[in-house]
Amino acid sequence: MPLLKGHSARARAGFAAAAVALFGLAPLALSDFRLGLLAKYLCTAMVAVGICLAWGRGGLLTLGQGVFFGLGGYAMAMHLKIADAGPGNLPDFMQLYGTATELPWWWRPFENPVFALAATVLLPMLVAALLGSFIFRRRVKGAYFAILSQALTAAFAIWLIGQQATTGGTNGLTDIQGFFGYDLNDPVNQRMVYFVIAAALLLLMALARQLIHSRYGELLVAVRDSEERVRFLGYDPANVKLVAYVVAAGMAGLAGALFVPAVGIISPAMIGIVPSIEFVIGAAVGGRASLAGAVLGAIGVAWAKTALSEEFPAAWTYFQGLLFIVALAFLPGGLASLVGMVRRRRASHASEEPSPALPVGEAA
Amino acid sequence: MTVILGQTFTGISIGAVLLLIALGLSLTFGQMNVINMAHGEFIMAGAYTTYVLQKSITSAGLSLLVALPVAFLVAGALGALLEWLLIRRLYLRPLDTLLVTWGVSLMLQQLARDIFGAPNVQTRAPDLLTGNITLIGGDDPLTVANSRLFILGLAIAAVVALSLTLRLTPLGRRIRGVVQNRDLAEVSGISTERVDRTAFFIGSGLAGIAGVALTLVGPIGPTMGTNIIIDAFLVIVVGGIGQLKGTVIVAFVLGVLQSVLEYSTTVSVAKVLVLVGIVAFLQWRPQGLYTLRTRSLV
Repeated sequence: MPLLKGHSARARAGFAAAAVALFGLAPLALSDFRLGLLAKYLCTAMVAVGICLAWGRGGLLTLGQGVFFGLGGYAMAMHLKIADAGPGNLPDFMQLYGTATELPWWWRPFENPVFALAATVLLPMLVAALLGSFIFRRRVKGAYFAILSQALTAAFAIWLIGQQATTGGTNGLTDIQGFFGYDLNDPVNQRMVYFVIAAALLLLMALARQLIHSRYGELLVAVRDSEERVRFLGYDPANVKLVAYVVAAGMAGLAGALFVPAVGIISPAMIGIVPSIEFVIGAAVGGRASLAGAVLGAIGVAWAKTALSEEFPAAWTYFQGLLFIVALAFLPGGLASLVGMVRRRRASHASEEPSPALPVGEAA
Repeated sequence: MTVILGQTFTGISIGAVLLLIALGLSLTFGQMNVINMAHGEFIMAGAYTTYVLQKSITSAGLSLLVALPVAFLVAGALGALLEWLLIRRLYLRPLDTLLVTWGVSLMLQQLARDIFGAPNVQTRAPDLLTGNITLIGGDDPLTVANSRLFILGLAIAAVVALSLTLRLTPLGRRIRGVVQNRDLAEVSGISTERVDRTAFFIGSGLAGIAGVALTLVGPIGPTMGTNIIIDAFLVIVVGGIGQLKGTVIVAFVLGVLQSVLEYSTTVSVAKVLVLVGIVAFLQWRPQGLYTLRTRSLV
């Protein structure tokens, strides 16, 4: 794997362990149903990789990852709906409402599989680039940025719901049958989708690691901790932030795209304000600045949600709220910082050494 | 012509609701740099207070009058408790206050669901506020709901009360002192902790008042706070953080804009257009309509 060149032995061992767990242990140990759930959690983890980069490293609290997840998801789902309907036919929900007699113009490009696939990643990146360049150039940051990204999510979800005839409205795009010629009802193909998702997650983690440990990664942390100093050194902090934001958007887009064949549906309820914040919880609980922490946190929280919310929906909400409060008020580095603390104590070094993973100067 | 006037007035009344909600936020977010996502749930607390009071006080008018101070105290107490339990640990990390208070808001919503049930409930408006008042008679009349006028009056009263408190009272001077220079205020003998808690009490109490007002125009439910809180945050961001004047102007402008756009397009498109307008506006004035002039770099 050329991507892993230059990584430490520990990181390589970590990747190897993750690969063995994802490709070897999980498919052997889990039933088809559980494996399908894991595929769903891994999609959340992919979003968390981007959040780790943008928020944990760059200090950009993006509460709008749902938009990018949704753009990727809808791009994929639109193509799969067209493919399901077959040439010349309209997707089922459009026939049902009878409002459209032919494909809307903005659906047409998604007939082409190459365009649709590229759009799942490039469309979110384009939107992020446009929005980010506006916002960051004018030095809108901190809380302003968080609130704007949240408002964007709300507006996007509301817009989708309003376009009943062409986007399926509140229902979203449902009942997706095929995935590039493979029947999704077949468990074998569901496993294939799982493997694609697992591979994508590992790829994104390697990519993020590469970025974090590059010169750019250093700059990103520097911008987070003291934007003005970076500006005085001759860099443009806006560009540094923009890259992290755009990459995170692309990752969320890919996650959304792969979520569609794994679950068979995409709807506004999966990309609104609440899910957008839920993407952040996992990363926060696991450790926003630690790649492994963010990914494991995202998987853990998503798993806890399924496990708890089915039996005790009320208890889950209380628990979710508590998770947020405890993780952020009392353990801002997330669970990952516990590992660091234990390691430092074991090494019995002076414990004054500050954890490099903690964002320091987030004051707006 | 009356259509335009009617839409404008609808916009003004949307603006009045926004203003009532944003007013408390402008104190806690603007002055103290705390992004309180649970503010929406304090609004909900105010609304449910009205609902509970109406169960014991049968006269709708009297219960509304009693609800205003009681909701202020209930929501204010919740806010002071939140400040004491969590927020005072987070004053240096404003972004984390956003997420922590979101956790609080989730729990409060669930609490409301467990106590009052998930379906929305409704209160009766007093007879005086149920009718319409005709502003322009004739063939093409312009009528305005009394309850909307009442909310407008309430919003104006709240703004006046808050700005007088900040300007004229010793407490207001202390709050402004802490906002401008926390360390200097502390060495001057002001207990910044106590000022913080009092300011949070007032800001949250204003949310309670907004909750009472909302019972006049819509149903009361566990999620009523979430839907409206983001609009209120946008009002503050566009108006300029901590700028009462900006908050007032922007609340009404956004209300009218929303209402006029809704008339010419659809609700969802109007929302998107308003947001695009806000992003464009922030290109022009990134710090909002009014800003505190400082020599700091950011």
